[in-house]
Formats: sequence, C-alpha cells, structure tokens
Amino acid sequence: MTTLTTPPPPSKERAAPPDGKRPARLRLPARLRRVSLPYLLLLPALLLELVVHLIPMGVGIVMSFKELTQFFIRDWGAAPWTGLDNYELSVDFDAPVGEALLHSFFVTVAFTVLSVGLCWLIGTAAAVFMQEHFRGRGLLRAVFLIPYALPVYAAVITWSFMFQRDTGLINHVLHDQLGLTDSRPFWLIGDNSFVALLTVSVWKGWPFAFLIVMAGLQNIPKEQYEAAAIDGAGMWQQVRRITLPSLRPVNQVLVLVLFLWTFNDFNTPYVLFGKSAPEAADLISIHIYQSSFVTWNFGTGSAMSVLLLLFLLLVTAGYLLVTSRGRKSADV
Amino acid sequence: MAAPRSFLWSRRIFLTLLAGFVLLPVYVMVSSSLKPLQDVSGSFRWLPSGFTVRPYFDIWKTVPLADYFMNSLVVAGAATVCSVVIAVFAAYAVSRYRFRGKRVFTVTVLSTQMFPGILFLLPLFLIYVNVGNATGIALFGSRAGLILTYLTFSLPFSIWMLIGYFDSVPRELDEAALVDGCGPLRALFRVVVPAAIPGIVAVAVYAFMTAWGEVLFASVMTNDTTRTLAVGLQGYATQNDVYWNQVMAASLVVSIPVVAGFLLLQRYLVAGLTAGAVK
Repeated sequence: MTTLTTPPPPSKERAAPPDGKRPARLRLPARLRRVSLPYLLLLPALLLELVVHLIPMGVGIVMSFKELTQFFIRDWGAAPWTGLDNYELSVDFDAPVGEALLHSFFVTVAFTVLSVGLCWLIGTAAAVFMQEHFRGRGLLRAVFLIPYALPVYAAVITWSFMFQRDTGLINHVLHDQLGLTDSRPFWLIGDNSFVALLTVSVWKGWPFAFLIVMAGLQNIPKEQYEAAAIDGAGMWQQVRRITLPSLRPVNQVLVLVLFLWTFNDFNTPYVLFGKSAPEAADLISIHIYQSSFVTWNFGTGSAMSVLLLLFLLLVTAGYLLVTSRGRKSADV
Repeated sequence: MAAPRSFLWSRRIFLTLLAGFVLLPVYVMVSSSLKPLQDVSGSFRWLPSGFTVRPYFDIWKTVPLADYFMNSLVVAGAATVCSVVIAVFAAYAVSRYRFRGKRVFTVTVLSTQMFPGILFLLPLFLIYVNVGNATGIALFGSRAGLILTYLTFSLPFSIWMLIGYFDSVPRELDEAALVDGCGPLRALFRVVVPAAIPGIVAVAVYAFMTAWGEVLFASVMTNDTTRTLAVGLQGYATQNDVYWNQVMAASLVVSIPVVAGFLLLQRYLVAGLTAGAVK
C-alpha cells in the first residue's frame, strides 16, 4: 500500500506516455484521484450489480406486497397493495397454498440433506482412495469429471430416458434382467420420482466434492502420514486419524456450498419433470416457478422467494457461526 | 507405506462401481444415438440391432438446432466476456486498494452468489416486460436481455474467483510497475493480468459452462427466435413421438464443445476452482 503513495521518479514519468500535461494535472488532484481510483475501477461492476441484483431484489420485495396476477403484469404499478396478504397466504399451513409450500419445503430439506450427504460421502471416499498413485489414476480422474463437465440438460435428459417406464434402461435391468420388481415401476411420476431426482442429483454433484476434497488432501503434509506409519498406524487408521480431521476446514466450506446449490437447484428437476414436478419431488424452486409462471400469481411467488431467501440467510449465518466457533475452540 | 489388502480391495471395488455409475448415462447417450428408431422406442437394448448415424443428420431438421446453437453460443459467450472483463477491474480494485465500503462490496458479491435464481427471475421478468411496454425496447425475449440475466450468476462468481487469483499474484510485481511510472491501468494489464492468465481462463471457462447449461432463465426469457439449447433440446422430448435416438445425438452434439473445452483447460479450471474453494 505504501508504495502506491510514493510519487514516481520524475525522469521516468517524463519518459512515460506522450502526454505533456500529465505531471501538472497529477499534482493537484493526485490525492483525489488516488482516493477515487478504486471506485472508478469498481464502477462497471457496481452499475451491473445494481442492475442485475439490487434493483431486482428491491422490485421483488415490492412485488411481494402486491396482488400481482396476470392482469397486472403489463402494468405492475396498477396492481393493488395487499400488505402482508401474500406472506400470510404462504405461511397459512392449513390452507392449500401454504400447505403445498410447507410440503415442498420438507421435500427440499430431505432431498438436500440426502443429496449433500451422499455427494460428500462419495466424493470423499473417491478422493481418499485416489490420494496415492496407481495405474490408470489420471484416466479415472478424467472419467469422474464427466458429470461435472456435461451440460446439465444433456445429462438430465439422458437420465430421463433411462428412467422411462417402457423404454428405459433402469426398468430393463430391474425388471427384465434381474427380476427385482413385479411390474415396471414409474420413475418420473409418483413416489419413485424422489429416488430418481436424488440419483441424478448425486450423479451430477459428487464430482465437485471429489475435486474440492482432493485439493484439500494436497494440503496435508506428508510427514504426518510418515510419522503415523512409524508409530504403527495402519492405512485405515491414518485415514480416520489424519485425513478426515485435516479435511475439516475444507469440508465446512464444501458442505455449505453444496447445500446452497442443491437447495436452490432448478435445472435438474425442471429437465427431469417439466414445469410441475410430482408431489414427492416438488422442490421449492420449481414450486415457486410454478406458482408464478403456471398459475400466474407473481405476488405470492415473490413472497415465497423472499421467505426462501430469509431461510437461506438464517441457515448460512447459523452455520458460519457454529463452524467458526468450532474452529476457534479447535485453535485454543 | 504399503497399503493393506483390505484397502486395495476396497479401493478396487469402490472405484469400479463408481466408474460404472458415472459412465452409465454416457454409454446410454452414445449407444442410443447410434441406434435405429425401433431400438429406442421398444424395450431397452444394451447392444443396437443395427448401427446408424442417421440421427446425427436428422437432429438438425427435427428442431432448428443450428439456431439454438448459435443463440447459446452468443448468449454464453457474451455473458462470459462481459462478466470477466468487468470482474477484472473490480477484482483489481478489491485486491490492491483499501477503500471505504470494500467489505460491504465483497460481502454483497459473495452473498448474491448463494441466492436462488428464482429470486431474480420474477423481478427481472417483470422489469423486462414493463420496460418493453414503456420504451419499446424489447428486452424480454431478446438475446441482450438473456445475457443480462446470466450476469446475475456469472458476475459475482467471476469477481469472487478473480479476487483470489489477483491476491496470489505477488504485489511487488505491479508495485514495481507503478514505481516505474506505469499508471494503475497499465500495471493491471501489463503485469497483473498476464500473471493471472490461468485464473482468468479458469473463470471464463467456468462462466461459459454455467451459462451453456443454464435452464431457468432460458426457459422464461426466450422466445421462438432466441431459444437456447437448454430449452430447444426439450423440443425433441415433448413431441408426441419422442425420437430418443435424436435426443441422445443432440445431447451429445451440444455437450461436445463444453466437454472438449473442459478437457483442454481442465488443469486451469480445476486448479482455479479448488484454490478458490479451499482458501
């Protein structure tokens, strides 16, 4: 920082761009320029943040207090104010709208917990197993990154083909080849849809956990393993006593990121099920989408979005508080 | 450090099963795209009864795939370029200067990254429709409008990642340039940007991949002429006859650019992503 405030040597300054007035102009507003420079650099980003984030969020909050049905979309200023009605409707769990929202919330929580847990488990196991070199490790790593690289819709459409009742691979294997089911079950409607959604989500999500955990493993000093080996700790013990504890800070970030992504995921259920998901797999983002763009009630949709945001902020803040306290006490 | 047999066997079994799980859809995608229609409209067959490349020619006629391709390319490309260029300036400011409001800025950027897309979709939709009515500028349904919505996720991500990258470029480098009489912008483009090229590439690839795979905004904010691949591909699947072999062929074709790009730039991308996440 200090060097930034050191005036450049005059000789070099003169040799710099063909700009005769420069030294004179620099002298007086130099301080001002130095102060305003970071803001000038930030200006494009600030403007865009304003346009794509802050204004829409403000509009979203205003929308949530209005009765914004399809009649008012072309002129939303004319939509009547309804105060907290949209919120009351959303959290009135005895009425159909609130009940459906609550159901969708629980589905999303269950889905997120299972998906994040499985992604973390598979990703960590794969990373630990691939910590040491063996033949074909590089190739396998590339294979494992395929779900991550494929565009979401291409991958999910393929899964939806596999889950087709009559023409899909899943039923062919389960029913025709293994005889595990009496008849061909439906996977994309009814209760099974939750399993289908979870499978696709884990298939797509675990490579990210794998990548992050692998990077975390590289930060563990080799000496720790050597010392443990000298002390007679076996491979499994080393994994349990050194690898997993050392991954804690990495895991804390990883789990939070996975949680937020999975909780907010729209792409997977939308491509798998379309505009309205089966009840068993009615994730909250699809639910809000549906109440806004299918039943055209933007006011309620906005209120639900704001509630979702509040919930996510609360969970994130709580999580960060707990993990940072854990980190502090671990340091002591 | 000799691994015990139990470890080696667990590793072998686990990794084999996992590779099978990962590759199963890839196998289905590739094999089904080379099957005649009767093979994909009956019960699933592991091996095709006949081998055909017809689906690869038909996909362009069943839906205007080339148009969708172009739309995706323009939208994802423009969103990537915009967000990376703007993020370079912002990240440089955050990484190298101390100023009032820095913390507010970084926290805002970080938190918008975790917000659900649906939160921005509803207001943006409304704003676009109303701006269109008031001024006649057709944002809704236009490529420009879609590009702007893509910045909701690519910009915060790019800023956040690039701050990390610029922090890892030694300060002494650009400070020396400043002492030598370079202006701050010249120091940025002559010294910091070249030193952070791997990071910038990683951010660009990631932003492009995310935009290429985006479904939510694309499904609401596009019309017949601006539809992207994400929405267009569903065109095969919702018709009365589902040409699954064509769906699979099209999925493969739209995946090839990003998967190829990913494999080429994998090293940068993985390093960048993990550096950002582990830090």
